[in-house]
Amino acid sequence: MVGLVLGTCLALVQHFEVPVLGKLVRGYVALMRSIPLILVLFWFFFLVPIVLGHLGGSGRPVPIGATWTAFITFGLFEAAYYSEIIRVGLRAVNRGQFEACQALALSTFDTYRAVILPQVLRVASPIILSQTIILFQDTSLVYVLSLTDLLGAASKLAQLNGRLVEMYLVIAVVYLAISSAASQCVASLRKRYAIAGLRR
Amino acid sequence: MFAVLLEQTADGQRYIDWLVSGLGWTLALAFFGWWIAFAVGIVVGIGRTVQNRAVAALARLYVEIFRNIPVLVQMFLWYFVLPEILPASLGNAIKQIPPPWGSFFPALVCLGLYTAARIAEQVRAGIEALPKGQVEAASALGLSGYPTYRYVIVPQALRLIIPSLTSEVMGIYKNTSVALTIGLMELTAQARQISEATFQTFTAFGAATLVYLALALIAYQGMALIDRAVRIPGTSPADDAVKPGATHAIQPLDSLPDAMEVVK
Repeated sequence: MVGLVLGTCLALVQHFEVPVLGKLVRGYVALMRSIPLILVLFWFFFLVPIVLGHLGGSGRPVPIGATWTAFITFGLFEAAYYSEIIRVGLRAVNRGQFEACQALALSTFDTYRAVILPQVLRVASPIILSQTIILFQDTSLVYVLSLTDLLGAASKLAQLNGRLVEMYLVIAVVYLAISSAASQCVASLRKRYAIAGLRR
Repeated sequence: MFAVLLEQTADGQRYIDWLVSGLGWTLALAFFGWWIAFAVGIVVGIGRTVQNRAVAALARLYVEIFRNIPVLVQMFLWYFVLPEILPASLGNAIKQIPPPWGSFFPALVCLGLYTAARIAEQVRAGIEALPKGQVEAASALGLSGYPTYRYVIVPQALRLIIPSLTSEVMGIYKNTSVALTIGLMELTAQARQISEATFQTFTAFGAATLVYLALALIAYQGMALIDRAVRIPGTSPADDAVKPGATHAIQPLDSLPDAMEVVK
């Protein structure tokens, strides 16, 4: 969710071509998209405490714990991906929509809030949702921070009682069930919520 | 700032040698994994579009399974579970493989087959995006199933999906970092090791990040090069030249096939 909101903001910054910020955002998105999630997790895990320490003025690292690291990382990391999706979506909106809004004397804010963004979100929603499914799968990577998510719990249990095979197979089935159910939902939502009359 | 990389480590090498060896594993994994993925992906992707129900269902099953389980879980399945469920003698033989290779091969198979499922979806989208007339023209020329795919459909579909294959290439080298969870000392793992050995977190991860960035750039440029090299003269860029402006600025989102998700 954080990622989606932040991503939309990033995309808008790029779309408006805000002078310096636009470049920065493009750099940020390119950077996030080209390094692996695990590396980003490590970056935040080790660096955010140090940065916070400096900001707090004490100069000593402030430990924030694996859970917060995971939240922050996923928010920032996914923002880059969502912003790419929204940016493409913004380009897909017909020019006439902007011109019509001008003719109606809507302010820029109203134009985007009431006219443009709803269309973008609808057009981009299948991709946003499948990205969310990927995000769901990627949450398993917090394992590297020894956070006890689904997989982490299973692997702890597996080490406790030695039933490695069953544990990992169950996990695989659980992920498989949730993800494929979600993809089916996406497919049917997509059929239902297409804007009537819009050629798809 | 990167001077620490040139210092001696406990085992007589320099830290940068660790990074280079990590880079080697990352590249090896991505490179060989890519060819596995490409080969399997094309076969499965074609399988999803053929008339034969059974084949299509099998291909669909493959894609669903490999796409809907996280890479990390698949990695564990190949590494921990496979030797256990195979017959004891074979399983023990697998466990006997000496250290780097013992985790390299499961990682290779895992990444290859996972990416294959994704590529299969792209291939299917590419094939479905071709006009129906192509198949009909092929059968009018008396081509049977195999030559139709071999000479008409697949060459065109592959050219069509090169942009989305680019993101798969970038996806596979990024996913190599998951192999660190089963003990392969690839780039990210080496960076972490350096950071633990020297406490120069910033330097270690910075170096790894730069290397990944460079890889992304190379992958991107390489695919753009391939795209230009194999493009059929008179296709897409020429269209832009004929009707510039409007069509170029508005890229319809619908033109993205279903399978074209952003990859990480």
